[in-house]
Amino acid sequence: MISLAHYLVLGTALFCISVAGIFINRKNVIVLLMAIELMLLAVNVNFIGFSRFLGAIDGQVFVFFILTVAAAESAIGLAILVVLFRNRSTINVAELDDMKG
Amino acid sequence: MDLIVDNLELIAFYAFAGLCLASALAVISVRNSVHAALFLVLTFFSAACTWLLARAEFLGIALVLVYVGAVMVLFLFVVMMLDVRTEKLREGFIRYLPVGIVVAVLMLMQMVVLIGVRRMSGIGLADIPGKDFSNTEAVGMKLFTDHVFGFEIAAVILTVAIIAAIALTLRRRAGTKHQDIGEQVRVKASDRVRIVKMPSEGKPEVRQ
Amino acid sequence: MISQNLLLAIVLAPLLGAIIAGLFGRQVGRAGAHTVTIAGVGVACALSFYVLHQLVWGAAEPFNQNVYTWFDVGGYSAHVGFMVDRLTAMMMVVVTFVSLLVHVYTIGYMAEDPGYQRFFSYISLFTFSMLMLVMSNNFLQLFFGWEAVGLVSYLLIGFWFKRPSAVFANMKAFLVNRVGDFGFLLGIGCVLYYFGSLDYAFVFENTHLVDGRTMPLLGDREFQVVSVICLLLFVGAMGKSAQVPLHVWLPDSMEGPTPISALIHAATMVTAGIFMVARMSPLYEMSEFALSFILFIGATTAFFTGLIGIVQNDIKRVVAYSTLSQLGYMTVALGASAYSAAVFHLMTHAFFKALLFLGAGSVIIAMHHEQDMRYMGGLRKKMPITWITMVIGTLALIGTPFFSGFYSKDAIIEAVKHADRPFATYAYWCVLLGAFVTAFYSFRLLYLTFHGKPRYKVEAHHGHADHHDDHHHTPGVLAHAPHESPWVVTLPLILLAIPSILIGYFTVGPMLFGDWFGTAIHVNDANNTLAEVGSHFHGPAAFALHAFATPVFWLVVAGFGLATFVYLFRPQLAEASRRALAPLVKVLENKYYVDAFYQAVFARGSLLLGRGLWKGADVAVIDDGLVNGSAKLVGRVAALVRRAQTGFLYHYAFAMIVGLLVLLGGFVWYANR
Repeated sequence: MISLAHYLVLGTALFCISVAGIFINRKNVIVLLMAIELMLLAVNVNFIGFSRFLGAIDGQVFVFFILTVAAAESAIGLAILVVLFRNRSTINVAELDDMKG
Repeated sequence: MDLIVDNLELIAFYAFAGLCLASALAVISVRNSVHAALFLVLTFFSAACTWLLARAEFLGIALVLVYVGAVMVLFLFVVMMLDVRTEKLREGFIRYLPVGIVVAVLMLMQMVVLIGVRRMSGIGLADIPGKDFSNTEAVGMKLFTDHVFGFEIAAVILTVAIIAAIALTLRRRAGTKHQDIGEQVRVKASDRVRIVKMPSEGKPEVRQ
Repeated sequence: MISQNLLLAIVLAPLLGAIIAGLFGRQVGRAGAHTVTIAGVGVACALSFYVLHQLVWGAAEPFNQNVYTWFDVGGYSAHVGFMVDRLTAMMMVVVTFVSLLVHVYTIGYMAEDPGYQRFFSYISLFTFSMLMLVMSNNFLQLFFGWEAVGLVSYLLIGFWFKRPSAVFANMKAFLVNRVGDFGFLLGIGCVLYYFGSLDYAFVFENTHLVDGRTMPLLGDREFQVVSVICLLLFVGAMGKSAQVPLHVWLPDSMEGPTPISALIHAATMVTAGIFMVARMSPLYEMSEFALSFILFIGATTAFFTGLIGIVQNDIKRVVAYSTLSQLGYMTVALGASAYSAAVFHLMTHAFFKALLFLGAGSVIIAMHHEQDMRYMGGLRKKMPITWITMVIGTLALIGTPFFSGFYSKDAIIEAVKHADRPFATYAYWCVLLGAFVTAFYSFRLLYLTFHGKPRYKVEAHHGHADHHDDHHHTPGVLAHAPHESPWVVTLPLILLAIPSILIGYFTVGPMLFGDWFGTAIHVNDANNTLAEVGSHFHGPAAFALHAFATPVFWLVVAGFGLATFVYLFRPQLAEASRRALAPLVKVLENKYYVDAFYQAVFARGSLLLGRGLWKGADVAVIDDGLVNGSAKLVGRVAALVRRAQTGFLYHYAFAMIVGLLVLLGGFVWYANR
């Protein structure tokens, strides 16, 4: 039988993979965005797992919201990326230090 | 054989979960961003399958439709549109690989300890709903009753995101020719015709 | 009858004059300024005489009424009010009379000064303040007057504010008076605390409130409340009346123009302390301890400051030390419970000391603002009126029988002789020997100034027009020969000379031995030394004749004889004795090193303290430590933290992940604890 632990471990593993992805793909914004999507997915997996094993549908509603926000986020993120590339002809994060005061 | 039949669900879960993790690993490690995006599609797809196993059919389908169908296409589109040289972006990949692995493994261990896998394994399932139970209907009932305000806010967020994305990327190129209907309608005669007064042809001026 | 409006007119007339001369000096001009101020003070003087007449001969009741509520705060309401009895009336007459004469005199003395209107404004303001002080019916108004006269004194000592010495002197006077005023204020605070009121009448009628009560001070030692109050109030008097050890400001105050030396620093303001103690006699009578202390301080002042007068060469400073010494006599009288004698001496002293100061001023005018007696001499024939009035003043000062000073001073000495309290014997010897010293330095002054050969030269080409600004011209060289001063200067001298001779003879009987002051002065029967002296009193003439049989008279004669011998007949002997007694002279010339001590300990000490606080506390701790330090700390921390702010996205991501790791680690540790 699938237990709650299965889903939680799956979510955890996805999360850790995406953390590693952020570490090793630190210069590629696109992959960074993908890693963030993975993180959100990991969270969603957790929600689905709990929703299922607590028999409460609210968890799925929140997954729905998270999907909405994630879609918005990736849309805007990619838009920024496009503008960035248009202005700088690069998406190398190592060249972006405008946040430094 | 019974063992397999009895545990078919579990086997399916392991298969999809394994596929999901493998493709996730591929997402972060492949050289080509297009490939990464495609692996991300695979990850989402297999994750959606595990959700189906958890009787979250609506979300599983939605994930495939929304993510695979829309967001991932968007990713692919952007990746392909931008002519990104990936060699430079992969600098330091090997150097940071051990750190990334160490951090990830450490975090994984911590989280697993925190989850307490052994204890969690004992938690039983909620009752499996009957055949006439519709997950979509249940989600819809919840969404439009208890969480209607959140739903509306999500709608607003999406709208804002659409406007923001368009506003960010829209640009008018200088020199492009296009019609402005409004301007054409609003136009007046004085905008088009200029009456210039000129001296009539009289006696030519005598220069001295 | 004495009405409220009459008293208000007395007080406000000089104030009005001061305001007009001070604020509208340019509009009214020099003549206008002295006309309005003299008119104001003249009105005050005439009305004061009227008030005195009403009280003494007109059988008017003493006036005591509040005229205005100054402020209400908490349960206490402060009033402006007048208490006019014979003591006050006498003070009013003395103050306004001397002030009037000084006003007239100033016309001549300040004739060429650019600050003419300002000066008139100040002295009229002073008259107002002094009247407020003496006419007050409560401690708060007394304190107002007390501070107001102090302020005017400060302004007038520093009148020539371009002279560094004048600025130093007025600062000194101000600071020394602050010490006294602090005690005075504490005393007033104690009165308010223990009586619940600052009204004289209430306090004097309810002395039982403090009778026998004690208060813990200096740890938990118990002190008599009344002694504490009296001592604190007397500290104020010590400052204002320049008693040892707060006497140091008075000689330096001679930096001010001579008219104010006469008015403020001889006749009136410095006697405010004496007046105050006499006014508070119901309180002081309750504290034997305070009276003994007063006796000791007064006796010390009377004798030792007189000694300094012997070695001074500045004509005004000699008179100033003489003033100190005479104030000491008055204080001794207070200490011996002979309040009437103190006030009586205050009055006679006001006349003859003002006379001496104005005479000295007249000499200074003649000498073109040269004040050093070593460059004078032989002025007797050049300025006869000044000379004769100065002689009268001197005779009054040293206590020649039948002169006013004799009656007051002899009464004091006799009273001290009969006094029976600690330090009485010491005080007796001090005042006795003081009489000798007084005679000696007074005649020294006379001889050096008016007799002998001239020790100045007259050079016509020497600059004269700028003598107000330039006081460092060659000493002893004059532009013109000295000549008698104008009538505005000599008239006050003559008018002061008359009471200097006569007033003692006519008033000694009623004021000292009669019940002239009535309820204004209260003396316990056991302390009534004057009554004992009075039992031998058979009229002023007999009193004067009796003097020839007392040691005082012969000591005065000895002083006179010695001065005459040394300074008139054997001037070279003065130098010889000066050399012979060099160490003593040195001590005297340095004023017992009191000034040097204050300079070294208090002035230097406070400078060091100030510098320490400035450098140590303000600059180091507050500025560098707290203000700049906190800014620097923020700056340093920011510089450190800024290094973490690379601006690279992934660094922030790393930071978040590391934070998450730590957080999870914490959870793990917590879960497995």
